[in-house]
Amino acid sequence: MSRSFLILYTVLTAASATATAQPVLRIEAANLQSSRPMQDQTGKAAIRDYLQSWQTLGAALEQNRAGLLDSDFVGSAKNTFTATIQQQAALGISTRYQDRSHDLQFVFYSPDGLSIELTDNVEYDVQLLDQGRIKTTQHVSGRYLVVLTPAEVRWKVRVFQGTPR
Amino acid sequence: MSARWTLSLGGLVVAVAALAHAAGGGMSLPRTIEAGSAFSIQTPGSGNARLYIIGTGQVLKRDVQLGHALFFAAGSLFNAGHYLVVLAGDSSTETESFDVVPGNRPSNLSFLAKPSRLPVGLHDGITGAVYVFDAYHNLISAPTPVSFELSSPSGTVQKRATVARDGAAWVQMDSTAVQGVDKFVARVGDISSARIVGQVPGDPCGLKMTAQPSGQQVLLVTDAVRDCNGNAVPDGTIVTFTETYDGTQSTIDEPLKRGVAQVTISARNGALFSVASGVAMGNQIHWEK
Repeated sequence: MSRSFLILYTVLTAASATATAQPVLRIEAANLQSSRPMQDQTGKAAIRDYLQSWQTLGAALEQNRAGLLDSDFVGSAKNTFTATIQQQAALGISTRYQDRSHDLQFVFYSPDGLSIELTDNVEYDVQLLDQGRIKTTQHVSGRYLVVLTPAEVRWKVRVFQGTPR
Repeated sequence: MSARWTLSLGGLVVAVAALAHAAGGGMSLPRTIEAGSAFSIQTPGSGNARLYIIGTGQVLKRDVQLGHALFFAAGSLFNAGHYLVVLAGDSSTETESFDVVPGNRPSNLSFLAKPSRLPVGLHDGITGAVYVFDAYHNLISAPTPVSFELSSPSGTVQKRATVARDGAAWVQMDSTAVQGVDKFVARVGDISSARIVGQVPGDPCGLKMTAQPSGQQVLLVTDAVRDCNGNAVPDGTIVTFTETYDGTQSTIDEPLKRGVAQVTISARNGALFSVASGVAMGNQIHWEK
């Protein structure tokens, strides 16, 4: 806690149509399990790409367009979200996720450099729409485990999993 | 107040954890559910409503008759995460939440071993990273014992035990002294995943040649070229012979054939022959007839 520091982070990527404010970002000192030190540039790139993935996920779930996931997700995360979008479309519902703040900590960096795991204590708003009508809007505090793996030019989210806080 | 009990229903065991709302007229539902487990949600009041369970991992929607329990069979909700439960009636909407947590029984390992091929005798030369998943491919975040084992054809075995935290564990191993194919295994409980790591000889070590007359020339022949652990360096490895004579140098590169390299050079009195391969220098021979 005392080691944490606050960064007002400018999301370098384009915000989605629903975005109303950029999320506040707090980065905790890394508590890495690894023999491999993480370069500053690597950490920044992973955070940048992870935050972008929230924008992408929000847009995909709001528009029920699984194709949007391709740019930021691979593996089980992509498969899971694709299935969620298919379920939403079949049920006639959509959801809007808007992240408000992130509290990130790197917890694992594989010795070969091919995966990064971080935790995120995130605050976000979620809105449920059924047949286009808003059913509820809720503010949620959640903790996520996220595993990122490198793709051609960026880090992509491979595991994105909520855990009890 | 929270309570914990197990409800049996027609042979179906419904594990219900602490209730988020046990009293007060609202929905009654578990606070946490193990992935894939059956569960139920008790609705308050009377009339009809629609119940939504929404999360990034799954969404469900059911029509409900208020005042009754809604049962969800095993396998209904299996992606770990945070879920909102929205009960939307004609005049009001109630919202609760719960977490779906991974099962505590590991079922899948994602194991990455690097490199797939390396020289013998490298300290911490082999790394392994493993992620531990349950049957629904949820990352098991609870601390989980993981063991790693690297076994070589010579019978030597390196073992390491560690604990996966937040679903991840890693290890570093030494490559062994003997060339060949090693088996690298990660194990969690009765689940294991194996990778093959090829160990190849290291750089030549103790390189030595001999010289003997061959007509008007001299034949330079190396001893069998081996690494520092005694493994034969593979054929095709380049060995460089150098002749220094009267202030000039000439070199000949020869690949190893059947473990040795040989070359025939003009026999000039006073010539100095040397041999090298990669970073390894061999002996020198001063040629005098």
